[in-house]
Amino acid sequence: MTVVFSKTPGLTENETHYCPGCTHGTIHRLVAEVLVELDLLDDTIGCASVGCSILSYNYLNIDMVESAHGRAPAVATGVKRVHPDKPVFTYQGDGDLASIGTAEIVHAAHRGEKITAIFVNNAIYGMTGGQMAPTTLIGQKVTTAPEGRNKAHSGMPLRMSEMLAQVPGSAYIERVSVHNPKAIRRAKRAIKKAFTYQMEGRGFTMVELLSTCPTGWGLSPVESLKWLEENMIPYYPLKVFRSPEGK
Amino acid sequence: MARMLMKGNEALALAAIKAGCTHYFGYPITPQNEITEYLAHNMPKTGGVFLQAESELAAINMVFGASAAGARAMTSSSSPGIALMQEGISGLAAAELPCVIVNVQRGGPGIGGIQPSQADYYQMTRGGGNGDYSILALAPATVQESAAMIRDAFELADKYRTPVFIVSDGMLGQMMEPVEYDDAPAPLPSDKPWAVVGHGGKRKPNTIKTLALDPLVLEEMNLVRQEKYARIVASEVRYEEYRLDGAEIVLCAYGSTARIVKNTIDLLEQDGIKAGLIRPQTLWPFPYAPFENLPERCKKILSVEMSCGQMVDDVRLAVNGRLPVDFFGRTGGIIPAPKEIGARVKQLLGRV
Repeated sequence: MTVVFSKTPGLTENETHYCPGCTHGTIHRLVAEVLVELDLLDDTIGCASVGCSILSYNYLNIDMVESAHGRAPAVATGVKRVHPDKPVFTYQGDGDLASIGTAEIVHAAHRGEKITAIFVNNAIYGMTGGQMAPTTLIGQKVTTAPEGRNKAHSGMPLRMSEMLAQVPGSAYIERVSVHNPKAIRRAKRAIKKAFTYQMEGRGFTMVELLSTCPTGWGLSPVESLKWLEENMIPYYPLKVFRSPEGK
Repeated sequence: MARMLMKGNEALALAAIKAGCTHYFGYPITPQNEITEYLAHNMPKTGGVFLQAESELAAINMVFGASAAGARAMTSSSSPGIALMQEGISGLAAAELPCVIVNVQRGGPGIGGIQPSQADYYQMTRGGGNGDYSILALAPATVQESAAMIRDAFELADKYRTPVFIVSDGMLGQMMEPVEYDDAPAPLPSDKPWAVVGHGGKRKPNTIKTLALDPLVLEEMNLVRQEKYARIVASEVRYEEYRLDGAEIVLCAYGSTARIVKNTIDLLEQDGIKAGLIRPQTLWPFPYAPFENLPERCKKILSVEMSCGQMVDDVRLAVNGRLPVDFFGRTGGIIPAPKEIGARVKQLLGRV
């Protein structure tokens, strides 16, 4: 019998706690596959953050340290300064990275910290039950903006990739999505580049992944993928914002 | 090694390097900047890492990461900066990560001032962060003792897998005194099989975490930590007694204030008043025992602090109603003079 597919050894045997249709599982798998393919799994140290993905250490087959809300880039800095030759990454949601942790992510980029941020943007606070994030779209209904996000009241959604691409210490910033197989393949290539550039010592690297939250959005898994494509991508364009190759 | 004349803050910083500290993360704040600056100059020379963080929040979380990754890590700050770090300190205690945190206290609350203070006693001994935890707090009174305690702090941190506070103050940090270091090599870092260093394909992944959504699990984790705190209370209490024999009043003071109280006691003797001192060298765990063996003649207890009265709570718990406990303090950055402390002693003893 020929094996045509097997689960990556980068993931543990644990079943995830994520809701049906949530794309954290897909993104975990991409990170795990990339670490295996780059032969980095044994050395990698991950920094989990507060949000649904705090339990990512149950699923990724690597050493991991949990970080306080928003502080994963600071924790990763501490880890990386002890092990400068080992791959270090943060796995953060949009509430964590784009709200409470803006100072830490900006200054990690500013120092050119040789870490990779896996930034999962689903435009909402998932774990706490669907509150507004800085990334919530205009008109998007969330529990703390029941009539939909209003620009005059809460401002425009924050585009973190565009912002961090302006920071000189950033080496590689790309926004990708995981709403269909083609996008997923592109997302994996981006994650691979980020870790490769990190190991080459190029500077701060981040991949922003547009992701779904069917429970928080009140949509089915299939509807969520469609909603992401039709609403998020127009505001959050998929592109390379900064790259050592100057693309 | 020859005696050197050093500022308290610099002596602390050098002692950290000699104690094998390899990673320092800090953010500028007066009156502790000499620690940060000294380490910026000297840490790289010994192969260590100095990094100026963007905030105290970041600094304590960098310490968290470095400690989790197995390094001897340290940060330092002053009162409002320590307040900002409390989230991380609670996390370090919960994750049982060893590190040393120096607090060179200044006047508060709020931004307060930059002059010496001891108004962080609560912050140093009563938590400050969320949850059930305690932090070992060592309180030096001289520059020499600052240097010695840093070394002990790193050893205790590793021994108990806990953050350890060094409780200094603006006077102790800024004053210059002779200090002598022994030439003993830095202690070898202890084995840290729990650290996150990459599993190397040789073991199951290590996870450092504080989240426990199951209340039974969280309770169990808390009880395990409490058992550790009980061991610290049983083994690590430190204090100094000064001229307690025949004392009719016993004063309690720590850090810089304890030195002033010693002067006060010597001056009072010239007026025929026998006073003694209990100087806590650990604020947590607090030395309760010496208050159970007070001299027979002792009629009163006086807690002297550069605060509005914080340690006096522990003194009252220690005395447990056996004798009247009074308080004298100056606050806001004012250093009490021996004469005014002496005046309060005379007033309490009715010998004005």
